[in-house]
Amino acid sequence: MTSFWSGWVIVLTTVSIALVTWVLFANRKTEVRDENDRTTGHVYDGIEEYDNPLPAWWFKMFVLTIIFGIGYLIAFPGMGNFKGVLGWTSVGQWQSEMDYANERLQPILEGYAATDMDELASNAAAMKMGARIFANNCAQCHGSDARGAYGFPNLTDSDWLYGSDQQTLMTTILHGRQAAMPPWQTILGDEGIKNVAAYVISLSGRQADPERVAAGQPQYMAMCVACHGPDGTGNKFMGAPNLTDNVWLYGGSPAMIAHTLRAGRNGRMPAFKDLLQEPKIHVVAAYVKSLSNK
Amino acid sequence: MNHEFVEKNLPLMVVLIVFAISFGFLVEIVPLFFSKQTNEPIQGLKPLTALQLEGRDIYIREGCNTCHSQMIRPFRAETERYGHYSVAGESVYDHPFLWGSKRTGPDLARVGGRYSDEWHKAHLYNPRDVVPESNMPAFPWLFEQRVNAEDTPKKIATLQTLGVPYTDEDIASASDSVMINGQPAYEIDALVAYLQNLGLLLKYKR
Repeated sequence: MTSFWSGWVIVLTTVSIALVTWVLFANRKTEVRDENDRTTGHVYDGIEEYDNPLPAWWFKMFVLTIIFGIGYLIAFPGMGNFKGVLGWTSVGQWQSEMDYANERLQPILEGYAATDMDELASNAAAMKMGARIFANNCAQCHGSDARGAYGFPNLTDSDWLYGSDQQTLMTTILHGRQAAMPPWQTILGDEGIKNVAAYVISLSGRQADPERVAAGQPQYMAMCVACHGPDGTGNKFMGAPNLTDNVWLYGGSPAMIAHTLRAGRNGRMPAFKDLLQEPKIHVVAAYVKSLSNK
Repeated sequence: MNHEFVEKNLPLMVVLIVFAISFGFLVEIVPLFFSKQTNEPIQGLKPLTALQLEGRDIYIREGCNTCHSQMIRPFRAETERYGHYSVAGESVYDHPFLWGSKRTGPDLARVGGRYSDEWHKAHLYNPRDVVPESNMPAFPWLFEQRVNAEDTPKKIATLQTLGVPYTDEDIASASDSVMINGQPAYEIDALVAYLQNLGLLLKYKR
């Protein structure tokens, strides 16, 4: 604040407190003109005002608020650039809250970070913390029960796109993931899409039109094999899903598989490196790991 | 001055009342119009792109700000969940600002980058599809309606007169900027572009 505006605030605040005080004391008692007639001589439409002074309790409360106000302006920032004798700032208060919490959290988190995830899973306090972090950061996509949703993986089953070992989980959460399945409509055409979809359905042991399966097989071998593998079991380095286990991120009906083939899929998991820090990610990863394979 | 005199002169009383209640405004609000802290953008702050601006208008039209604040207060409980507390310099280009104080849903001041575009689309189409316990309304019409590209230059020109540093080129290219594949973008694309831009400048590790 410039010194002009600082002065502006100081002068106006002082004037307003002075005026309020003056109004209060000026109205405290009305001069009674005649001891026998205790009206104030204030008449409006024939109604006379009796001399009723301000109730003492109310008057004293008002005086107290004025004293409080002055005390507040001395202790806290308010008078322009004057910082107040307590040196309070809202950021300072936040910082002391943070320091207090971090001081107590740091050793706990360090202990957790040094513990193997599977071992951490049997630590009730760590899992409670993990569940909280999960609810605040992961549940929006993966669901509060971690069962996922259309397009967002179920974390409670044993099917993992990128793997569920400690290192992979950390990488996934720290840096996020970007899936990249290209659209095949222009390359395969309508018939090709139907054929490859039929072949993909047959990979998970389901019934599909044998003619289309036969026609789709060579196209699969030419175009899909690089990521999903010749036997359709996928590739965890690329997050290419296993097509043989009948777990479907985007629906396993013939229509949905055809749609996935036509338009491609580009699922994205955001990076949490900046949002959470590594020790907390370790805790939430252990929590996620504990949900799986049950 | 006599009590009776004031009470029987309404115009005078009005003037005195305005005088009495103007102190709060003069002390608490007027200096902010001239304060560096509230008028200077934080480092790196850019005006919204044309598409993001259209998204912001949809955000206002659909009343998102009645349930979602864009104001992270400096408390640990807030910064742990949402990120760095909000500062005034982040909203100097917002006309009007959308800070809000009502949180039926979570604060959105730093929602940018937290979810994928696909998540936002699924969530806005029907929130229950991704968050079963959500009580947010669905907005399926955003996927059918397109933004009005003719209005975009006018909106940017208006903001320019309000002091947002848009260039004349921004106005000239505004209509083209909201086109996707030769057609005006769907409203959902504009809204997601706006949401993904929210609060990216200040980083603070939780």
